Parts: sequence; structure tokens; C-alpha cells
Amino acid sequence: MKISARAVLALIFAGLLLTPYLVRRFGRPPGARAASGQVDALAQYGFRLTESAQAAGLAFVHQAPTLDARLAHIMPQVASMGAAVSVVDVDRDGRPDLYVTNSGAGSRNRLFRNRGDGTFEDVAGRLGVADLNHPETGASMGAVWGDYDNDGFDDLFLYRWGRPEIFHNDRGQGFTPVATAGLPAWANINTAVWLDADRDGLLDLFAGGYYAESVNLWKLADTRMMPESFEYATNGGRKYLFRNLGGGRFEEVSGPAGLASRRWALAAVAADLRGSGYPDLFVANDYGVSELFANDRGRFREIGRDTGVGYAPKSGMNASVGDVLNQGRLAIYVSNISEEGILLQGNNLWVPSGPAGGPLRYENLARAMGVDLGGWSFGAQFADLNNDGFLDLYLVNGYVSASRQESYWYDFSKIAGGHQAVIGDARNWPAMGTRSLAGYQQKKVWISDGAGRFLDVAQMVGATDRYDGRAVAVADLSDRGVLDVIVANQRGPLLLYRNEVAPDRAWVAFDLEGGCRPERAAAPCTNRSAIGAQVTVFWNGQQQLQEVSGGSGFCAQNQRRLHFGLGAGATVEKAVVRWPSGKVQELARPAPNRVHKLEEPR
Amino acid sequence: MTTGTMTAPRRMPFDHRYLAPALITCVLVAGQLSFGFLESWSRTFLAIATAILVELLVGRVLYGRWPHLASAYISGISVGILVRSPAFWPYALCSAISIVSKYVLRVEGRHIWNPTNFGVVAMLVLAPDAVAGLSVQWGNTLLPMVIVWIFGTVILWMVGRIHITLVYVASFVLFAALRALLTGHPFLSEVAPITGPMYQLFIFFMITDPKTTVGPTWAQSIVAFLVAAVEAVFRLLEFVHAPFYALFLVGPIANLIEIALKKRTAARPAAH
Repeated sequence: MKISARAVLALIFAGLLLTPYLVRRFGRPPGARAASGQVDALAQYGFRLTESAQAAGLAFVHQAPTLDARLAHIMPQVASMGAAVSVVDVDRDGRPDLYVTNSGAGSRNRLFRNRGDGTFEDVAGRLGVADLNHPETGASMGAVWGDYDNDGFDDLFLYRWGRPEIFHNDRGQGFTPVATAGLPAWANINTAVWLDADRDGLLDLFAGGYYAESVNLWKLADTRMMPESFEYATNGGRKYLFRNLGGGRFEEVSGPAGLASRRWALAAVAADLRGSGYPDLFVANDYGVSELFANDRGRFREIGRDTGVGYAPKSGMNASVGDVLNQGRLAIYVSNISEEGILLQGNNLWVPSGPAGGPLRYENLARAMGVDLGGWSFGAQFADLNNDGFLDLYLVNGYVSASRQESYWYDFSKIAGGHQAVIGDARNWPAMGTRSLAGYQQKKVWISDGAGRFLDVAQMVGATDRYDGRAVAVADLSDRGVLDVIVANQRGPLLLYRNEVAPDRAWVAFDLEGGCRPERAAAPCTNRSAIGAQVTVFWNGQQQLQEVSGGSGFCAQNQRRLHFGLGAGATVEKAVVRWPSGKVQELARPAPNRVHKLEEPR
Repeated sequence: MTTGTMTAPRRMPFDHRYLAPALITCVLVAGQLSFGFLESWSRTFLAIATAILVELLVGRVLYGRWPHLASAYISGISVGILVRSPAFWPYALCSAISIVSKYVLRVEGRHIWNPTNFGVVAMLVLAPDAVAGLSVQWGNTLLPMVIVWIFGTVILWMVGRIHITLVYVASFVLFAALRALLTGHPFLSEVAPITGPMYQLFIFFMITDPKTTVGPTWAQSIVAFLVAAVEAVFRLLEFVHAPFYALFLVGPIANLIEIALKKRTAARPAAH
């Protein structure tokens, strides 16, 4: 080899070694790095968030469950879920209320009723939905709301590691457990959504198990209850589809409906992803691939691999949908785990590819759009936080925040790579002690630039907490035309980030009510909660699609009102409503900066 | 991964250099079809294509002849399996660093680092924000391991290097027991890593690379033991990618010692 050639090659080699630095320096979009307070977030990003839970009377700190003593050595990571938040107008006073779950034995869930003056009062005890965490019934993991009997008041489905229950909303004055619901006596459920799977005007219920339903985490038969694999586990909880028969009766039909799976479900979202009129079901699974169930007239068919989402197993912990490119099609966001140099799964943003109306295919654009790395990610929601006409993304993260000096990552990595006989038995897991695992992480508030890139501005706009975030929900809590953010933290306080948006930004919102009534449930009509209804707003030469959801994110449910930011100087051309009944309603030139209350036409 | 050609003490009716590429291709295809264990086909193809392209380019320019591509092919596949990143560029870069290191980092005409080991360690150290190592893939079930063990054992036996693997495994288990004693953690949790798929690649192909291991059988066994020993130290210090770092340190030191000894031996007659 010539010496000169070798010298050139050495230079090239040095350049190669330098490349990671150059990519870091120039390859990623400039992040918002200045310290909070140095930048006028309102002027620069169009909004700012102010944490105001205490001022609003939302005094709540989540308590984790204490499970079987044989799990004591790894208790922080096993008992790492249960903080949930869902938004509901429980008494139909037009103001969104908040339901928050707790998980410690004897701890109380909260129903924070919105007083309308910026403050909340806890009415859970008075209404009978507080004292719901006991050893014999298990620990609350989350709640979703839907008007299963079309009486105008949203009912509560509370899912636990334990006994799931439906509570009938007695006109906002109290709740009555629905004894006729026919739910299982015990199931370790970590996700649920209301959906009208068969479009009969009655809300059905999907629930996804995490641990196998045979496992009682407070009285373990043995310690072989952990996932058999970190990425291919199929020894989790079963899935349930409770078909609403009317009269407060439900029939479990997951088998015949094609929802047989024993992956470890952590999040689900139902939405009409194929334009069929029926809600499809996306399930984000921990320890494995996600599943996408296409709804063929009430029967489901798993199409994860066909659509591209069923490869590359990760640790799915969130499922939320949003029209991120304003193309009238819903993308799906799945959160996973990313830790520098250790485990870089990257979150997934599944964006529909190919022509509309063609076979459904997704492409993961999380990296390209800048929303892939979010730490140990949990709940996320799409929302136009700055009313600029493009959906932003709020993500919480952090698994176990304990000692700031000691990390459990090494121990976690050595057991996670082990054979199923090792990883599947809790006895083999190293003791966690006071170690943190992906703790004290910075949250992500990614704002869209409208051109397919997101920029993290969390620290700039005021989302500066470092709690172990689990559930995120968004709602316009004070009817101001802006979306506030509510965050439920594991072993941490409930947070309310009040949003302030630049005044020149316009918006429009829609409160939908389906046409079904208790005495008129015969199709075609839409469930009264309007879950599954889609609204597309056309303005300034663009469009955005949103769908009323019966639960999304991680253990969360947003306000059912659909909120569209429009940007400055907007003129709305029209809004098109597709009701699950099949009816299509068009509103010409709906006025901006107001909430349009729409009832399904007869 | 074995990125050099294997010496073949046993007579074979075919070019032994195709053994390892054939095996690792089977592993790749079977793993992806059965478990979908790759980040994506495209990333792995990118790694393979880059490795081959760089090998062709550098080999042709520097030596004026087209190099045999088995080594680059294995390096590319290894990178495609061992590197985990949501981005594309780390796959290309890791392959390029691996191949170029083979030509740049040479002593007495011999490259002293296992190229893939060097590339992976470089990426883990220089780009931790973009790269992680293979952690958990292949389903954590027994079948893929059994298949790799059978084929790996047969191939290593054929090329006379199975003793390296066996010494390393025995040493790892010994040190796992020692670590369990020292840390108080369950013995199985210390043994757990070697039951994972990454180690099957590491013990069958990477530490046995003929081009970057020392010559005598007894010395190979000592080096294997030392890799396990240094890895144990890294593990006690809680380095997640301990085996890569251990080989990164022990491998070249052993090679340098051997080169120095050979040089001294060669110099002796001239002194008389």
C-alpha cells in the first residue's frame, strides 16, 4: 500500500469517526434550548403553558399499589402504572370535568367537577366513584366514559388490575354499578375504549389485558408472571370486546369478533382508519409488536403486517391518532423506549402512505418528522396547542424516578436479554432498591411547523416538570378556545397546564351529539356520545380531520369536543361531519372562534 | 462477527470462506421471517451494501485488486443485526468505519481489531444518542439459539476454533457466579445475558475471528478467558455493552503481544 494512499485513508477514517458529532451538530433541527424565561414563548411559539393545578383546586397525588411481597424487590417497576385521567362532562353543564384514578390500597379516585370559574371541586365521594381501590377489587388503572344507554349522561368504565366495572351515570347525581354488565370477575386491564363496533347505535367496549387474567398480583400463585420475552411476549392478558345488548347488558364477543390476542396491551385507540365507516382498532403492546384490527362490519381482522405496523417489536405504551399532515387521514402515534446508548427503540409515527382509498399502508415517519426520541415514553396526545392549524404533540415520559445517583438500567438490560425461563420469573430479576430507571425525564411538547417537522419546545413554553408521566388528556377547560393539558403522574401530583395562546390565532370547535335515544336506539342513528363521528374542516385551502374518541393515549380520554386551530386570518370554507350512522352533514362557512353544537340530523 | 477468512485445518470440498456468510445469511433470513427481528430490511441492506462498497473501493484503490467480499458481507450483516437505531445513517457509518478500520489500524500488515467490534464500539461511544446495541431479539426462545448453536458448533469445529467459544462460555458462567456472590443478585440474572441472541453471535463469530485472534490454540484459550474476565469487570462497573468493550480492549492487546513476540523471534537469528 502506498504511504500517500494510506494517509488519505487515515484522514477519511478520522472523518468517519467525526461524523456522529457532525450529525449531532448539524443533522437535527435546532432545538429550543434557551432557558425558560429567556424567550417570549407566546410571541415565538404562539402559546405558553402555566402549571396551575393547586390554584385550580386539583390537589391530588397518585399512590401506587403495593403488590405481593414476592415482588417487593422490583416493586417500583411492577407497580408502575395506575395514574390515569379522563375528561367528561359528568353533569351535562357544558363544562369538562376530570376523573383521576388512584391505585394504592384504600386510596380514593377523584372526580373533579369544573365549577366554571377556573376551579374544581372533588365530587367523587359524593357521587360514589371514589372509594374503589381495595384488595378484593384491585387497583384502578384507568377510566373511559361513554353513554352506553344513550340517556345523555356519560357512563363510567373503570378498569383495574382486578375487577372491571361499569358505573351508570344517574343524571349527574350519582353512579350505580351495572350489575347486569356481565364483566369478568378479574382481569388485569390496562387499556379500554368505547366504540360502536357494529354501528348499531349502542356503544360497545374494548378492553385489553396486560398481565394474564389468571394472575392476582396481590396473591401470586407463583412468580412466573413476568413477560416471557422483552419483545415477543404472548403470555399477557386476553382481550375483551363487550358487545352492548342494550338494557345494561353486555356480551363478551372477542373470540367470534376476531380479537384473540395475548400480547401485553397497554394502549388502544379506535378510529375509522380505512374510511369504511366502521371503527378499526389499534392496540399498542408492551413487549411486542402493535396490532391493527380492521373492522369488517363488526368482525375484526388483524392487518398489522399487511399495513407495515406489525414488524419491529418494541414497547408500545401509547396509541393516539391525528391528522398530522392536514391531508384528511389519521396517523397513529405509538410511544416506546429510548435511552441513549442502551435502548433506542424510537417512538413510531405511523403515517398513511399510498393513495387515499387504496390499500392501507403506513410508514413510520417519527424520525423524519422529529418525534422519535422521547425517553421512556408513555402517554401522548395530538392537539393544536397554538391554534396555528397544525396538530402538535404532547408527550410525557419517565419510568421510575428514585435515586438520582443510581440507575437500574444495567440490571434491566441484562435480564431483558435473557431466555424466557429467566426473564419470565420475577425471582430472577435483580433487586431494584432505590435505583431509578429512566427517571426525571424532560417532557416533550413538539409543535408542528406545518411542513412535516416537529420542534420540541417543552422547556420554553413551561412544561418543565420531571415527574413520571403516564396519562395526558387535553380539554378546553374554560371555554376559551384553547386546549389545556392535564397530566397524571405515577406517584406524583396531577398537573394542569393552563394554555395561553396568541390572540391572533383563530379556532373552531364542535360539540357533537348522536341521534340515538333510549327509546330510539334502532339504527340508523349514532350513539349519543357521538364516539366515532368524524369532522373535517376545510379552510384556507387545507383540511384537517378529527374523530370523536372513546379513549386514546395511555389510560386517558380527551374532551370529546373537537377543537381545530385555524391560524391567523382564517376563513372556514366548510365542515363536513360523518356520523357513524352513515349520515353526512355539511356546514357551510361555520363561524370561527366559537363552539358549534351539532345534533345528528334525523 | 468473523470478518476475516477462516483457516481450515480440516479438509473441505468447498471454499471454507463461504461457510460463515452462508450461516449468517440463514440466521438473518430465519430471524427476520420468523420474528421480524431487524429494525428494518432497508437498514440492514444499507449496512451490507455500504460494507461491500467500501471494501471494493478501498481494496481496489489501495491494493489494485478486487478483494474477496465474504468478509465485508459478514461485517455488513453483523452491523445490520447488532446495531439498533431509528435512523439510517448509523448503519452506513458503522459499516464504513468497520471496513476502513481494517485497512487503517494495522500493525506489521495485520489488522488488530475485529472490524465489526471496532465499528460497533465506535458507534456506541461516539453516537450514543443515535445508536444502541442489540439488546433483545429473536424471541428469547430456545429454538433460534439451538439452531445457532448447532450450526455454529459444526462450523467452528470444522475450522478448528470451537475451543475459543467453549472456554469463553465456561469463563462467563464462572464469572457470573462470582458476580452473583459479589452483588447479591440472582445467579440466573447474571447468566441471563449469555442466553440472549446477541451473545450467540458474539461467542460463535466475533471472538473467533481468525484474522484478529492470536495463533496458538493455548493462547486463543487464554485470550477467550481474559475477554470474559475483563467483561466481568465491565459488568461489575455496570457497562451495558460490556462484551464489546472487553473484546475491544483485550483483542488488540493480545494481537500486539503476539506480533511483538514474533518480531523478536524473527530478529534473534539475525543477532547471531
